[in-house]
Amino acid sequence: MRILNKQDIASSQITPKEVFDDRRAFIQKASACITVSAMVSLVQPFQVFGASASENALSKPVNLNPMSLKYSKTSYGVGEKQTSYNDITTYNNYYEFGTSKSEPAVNAKLFKPHPWTVSIAGEVKKSKTISIEDLYKLAPLEERIYRMRCVEGWSMVVPWVGIPLAQLIKWAEPNSNAKYVEFISLADPQQMSGVNLPILDWPYTEALRLDEAMHPLAIMAVGVYGEQLPNQNGAPMRLVVPWKYGFKGAKSIVKIRFTEKMPQTTWMKAGPDEYGFYANVNPLVEHPRWSQATEKRIGSGLFSGRIKTEMFNGYAEQVGQMYAGLDLRKNF
Amino acid sequence: MISLFKRAPTKRQLLFIRNTFFLVCLTPLLRLVFLGFEDHLTANPVEFVERSTGFWTLFTLLVTLTISPVRLLIGVAWPIQLRRMIGLFMFFYACLHITTYLWLDHSFFWPDISHDILKHPYVLVGLTAFVLTIPLALSSTNSMMKRLGGRWKKLHRLIYIIAILGIVHFWWLVKKDIREPLFYGSFLFTLLVIRIHFHYLKPKNH
Repeated sequence: MRILNKQDIASSQITPKEVFDDRRAFIQKASACITVSAMVSLVQPFQVFGASASENALSKPVNLNPMSLKYSKTSYGVGEKQTSYNDITTYNNYYEFGTSKSEPAVNAKLFKPHPWTVSIAGEVKKSKTISIEDLYKLAPLEERIYRMRCVEGWSMVVPWVGIPLAQLIKWAEPNSNAKYVEFISLADPQQMSGVNLPILDWPYTEALRLDEAMHPLAIMAVGVYGEQLPNQNGAPMRLVVPWKYGFKGAKSIVKIRFTEKMPQTTWMKAGPDEYGFYANVNPLVEHPRWSQATEKRIGSGLFSGRIKTEMFNGYAEQVGQMYAGLDLRKNF
Repeated sequence: MISLFKRAPTKRQLLFIRNTFFLVCLTPLLRLVFLGFEDHLTANPVEFVERSTGFWTLFTLLVTLTISPVRLLIGVAWPIQLRRMIGLFMFFYACLHITTYLWLDHSFFWPDISHDILKHPYVLVGLTAFVLTIPLALSSTNSMMKRLGGRWKKLHRLIYIIAILGIVHFWWLVKKDIREPLFYGSFLFTLLVIRIHFHYLKPKNH
């Protein structure tokens, strides 16, 4: 057995006298430090509550694709109070870049929306591709100020810039079998961190009936507020279907496929009882877990309360006839 | 480190620790007020305040439930002297949470609120949890503890039910990404397992 020699204790291991004498104060400081750091570290991974939320809130939104677009004004939504650019570009549901709404504006910064091509497939005369530059030339760009109602119960008014979706569909030349059109988003794990998590069945897929896609209100948006789309809003091109819940608007589309049978969309797979194929805005048909009768308008502040949600998001006059005879409770 | 932590603080130190904790527990509210004045409550301030107050309710609740397992595991008993204060902060944040829901979110419009409570289970579960916290807060004074005697302990076992309801409430409202409620749920589960282990599986010889 070895007896511990005095020299076996390195001088660095000896507690300095002043620290030893001050050990009570040390306990106090240490306990305060432990508490604070434990609280911080526990909430840190969570964007909504932790320090990172305020950092995101404080950072200015950046559009890395700020090229201004040449477009013509239209009468759609004239007189509606538009949601601020800041709110439109910092409050996004874009799970490919994270599931909290402040994440996409941060995580999409390195995303490269150029060069970009979209492939046309399925029930078409001929499979082909189109570059984003050529898409711009299919039809003159128009501004459409649309209300956007999210399935979660909030809404915005967004001045989109885009082309009528019908123009793109006509160019794609679907054949006579085509009844539906599917929009498939990019799912690139290198650029989109959220795709590495199995939260949704990637790639994000949305679809419309062909007559819905041909409706003059449906657009393929390439810009917002007169500029090219910021990455977090779905650059370089995204679907906008204003009478449906926001999740129908697939972002960063890389493939458009025409089908004969009704496609299964990502959210239908994620929650068949909660998200249907049509997803028309309908205050009378509740989401199983929350009401759809009212909505919070983004930008209206803390104390303004909710507003009533309108049938087909207020576009009933234009789109209602497409659903005549359809049971909207079953086909939610 | 643990041995430093194990030693019971003196009265003066305890006062200091208590005051520190008081301020720490107040920071989530101060943060909201600060962010509110700076207009930094995100694009959807009502949702942000609702989520934040809900989160701090759950967080302080889990802290109060951690105190006993810490004693059982490492023998540090003095933090129990902070438990009432933290528990009352839980009640405070729960009150702010439900006020946000009733006032900022629903403008005290009772037809919508009653419909929401009756039709949507996550709201009902959350409300039930809140109602159950009221007797705990009311019976938290020394005189109530004396008056209730042995029944006080039984009454305050409601906290386990409240905690489980709180996790269910959170789990039920997230759209798809369940990582957060899963994390807190697992934490609660661990705490309950520790208690069960010490109460039923380990003989009470210490």
